[in-house]
Amino acid sequence: MGTVAEEIFSRKLSRNVSAGEIVLVDIDVTMSHDNTTPLAIKALRNTGKPLYDKNRIVVIFDHVQPPASVESATLQKEVLEFIKKEGIKNFFREGICHQVLVEKGFVLPGRVIIGGDSHTCTYGALGAFGTGVGSTDIGVSYATGKNWFRVPETFYFDVKGSFDKGVYPKDLILKIIGEVGARGATYKACEFGGETIENMAIGDRLTLTNMAIEMGGKTGLIKTDKITENFLKSRGYPYTEIVPKDPNYEKIFEFDVDDLTPQLAVSPKVDNVYPVEKYEGTEVDEVFIGTCTNGRIEDLEIAARMFKGKKLSPLLKTIIVPASNEVYFEAMNRGYIKIFMDAGAMVCNPGCGPCIGRHQGVLAPGDRALTTMNRNFIGRMGSDKGEIIIASPATAAATALTGKITDPREVV
Amino acid sequence: MGKVFRFGDDVNTDEIIPGRYNVTTDPKALAEHCFFEVRPDFSKTVKAGDFIVAGENFGCGSSREHAPIAIKASGVKAVIAKSFARIFYRNCINIGLPIMISEELYSLVQDGEEIEVKLKEGTIKILKTGKEIKSKGFPDFIIKIIDAGGIVNFLKNHDIGELEDGI
Repeated sequence: MGTVAEEIFSRKLSRNVSAGEIVLVDIDVTMSHDNTTPLAIKALRNTGKPLYDKNRIVVIFDHVQPPASVESATLQKEVLEFIKKEGIKNFFREGICHQVLVEKGFVLPGRVIIGGDSHTCTYGALGAFGTGVGSTDIGVSYATGKNWFRVPETFYFDVKGSFDKGVYPKDLILKIIGEVGARGATYKACEFGGETIENMAIGDRLTLTNMAIEMGGKTGLIKTDKITENFLKSRGYPYTEIVPKDPNYEKIFEFDVDDLTPQLAVSPKVDNVYPVEKYEGTEVDEVFIGTCTNGRIEDLEIAARMFKGKKLSPLLKTIIVPASNEVYFEAMNRGYIKIFMDAGAMVCNPGCGPCIGRHQGVLAPGDRALTTMNRNFIGRMGSDKGEIIIASPATAAATALTGKITDPREVV
Repeated sequence: MGKVFRFGDDVNTDEIIPGRYNVTTDPKALAEHCFFEVRPDFSKTVKAGDFIVAGENFGCGSSREHAPIAIKASGVKAVIAKSFARIFYRNCINIGLPIMISEELYSLVQDGEEIEVKLKEGTIKILKTGKEIKSKGFPDFIIKIIDAGGIVNFLKNHDIGELEDGI
């Protein structure tokens, strides 16, 4: 009974659970990456307890991959020793954690997943309860297989209408965050539904749930349906139906995408959201297409269509980072990588890329970047005197073509 | 008694410790870069027993535990904010960095003023005016974790199921 969040916890505990309750539950998957695993290992060791169940642990190297400094190489070496010593099988370095977990079938409807990464909220696109935690919480699950949660109240986002040419789900989530505010949904489960979502592919649903944290949300959720079932079954993974039953939403927001235009979130806060027109013509120094928000094949397809047969100015840093090896292979097979390189873009190996500000395109003081990332905080991509603007892959690609912020509706 | 370092709303973890300094797990090294960009004098002027007072949504952004660790290793005795971001709140409780929630304090103190805090009682006294404020309490199971000095210390002597006794 209840919202998608309540449904998941109720199934997990085999009793009816309501928002506000504090529950202790078995964690199906505990995920962490090169940045957050070292402290999780420390926490586990400090509890004095052994690893509870190595098969429910996934470790991904994606943040600075391959390591770009002696310091990160040293930390990763520590993690590798832990992986070997404990015999952890689920270790990957083939892309961003949130993309790889979805591709490898760790994210299944009804599962409770914690991740040492704030964008773990992404998994709700498949009807799983995913939420970001710190390394000590990862260590707690390493040691006990469990963790505690307060079952969240739910904000429901009812979306109708269809996207105009050149307008994408990223523009919708930016619009939502602009209206709700960076802390407007603090602690809430953000459930997305309505006809627009019901017609949306999994890749685009992942873009929405990925950014729930940017309005303070504990997780993003979408009920499962035929699209979820087809996605999972085509990959040979099991499907369970997770849908709300007589839900009691704390708040309902209504959005109509019929009139939605391309949106930008300008530095230094994700809720500084404006229509692209306001900044059209502003010069940029870097364009980055990638990340757990927009580094999937659907996103690269948009860029490939716009870059085909074009030349980008070498004065501009245009960086493309596929979210995973699977995405990279698919982009190769479809000829996108050739299009990108012919156009003069730099294609880097799958991972978080410049979103972490430590490699593959850091900003110099005074640099302005137009990116498909999910955060535009000061200093995130390098210099604290740099400026980050967030947009859809279409706006990013249109901007790369001109070197100035460009409305993609003028290009597509 | 300690000095107040006052911050605004929505202080994010990139401001507390930028991602590019998360290349170590050594608390002292992290403390050196605490608020490195938004308040470069912080690590040089903060003293053991000082306080951070902030507005809404303190600690939003990434899940990096380096942020509360950097604050704790700076010697800060407690962070007192109108509200905290969810992951940061959990992280502070887990690592034993005291936090207090007070709507009222923020508008009553200025940067550099002195306050006296009694964590157990949840009271904050502003020395200049003598005014005493009470902070919002925690649920029982969180008090268990706080009393143990963090979740890791709790697990050293208890089974995680024992938390449920307080639920």
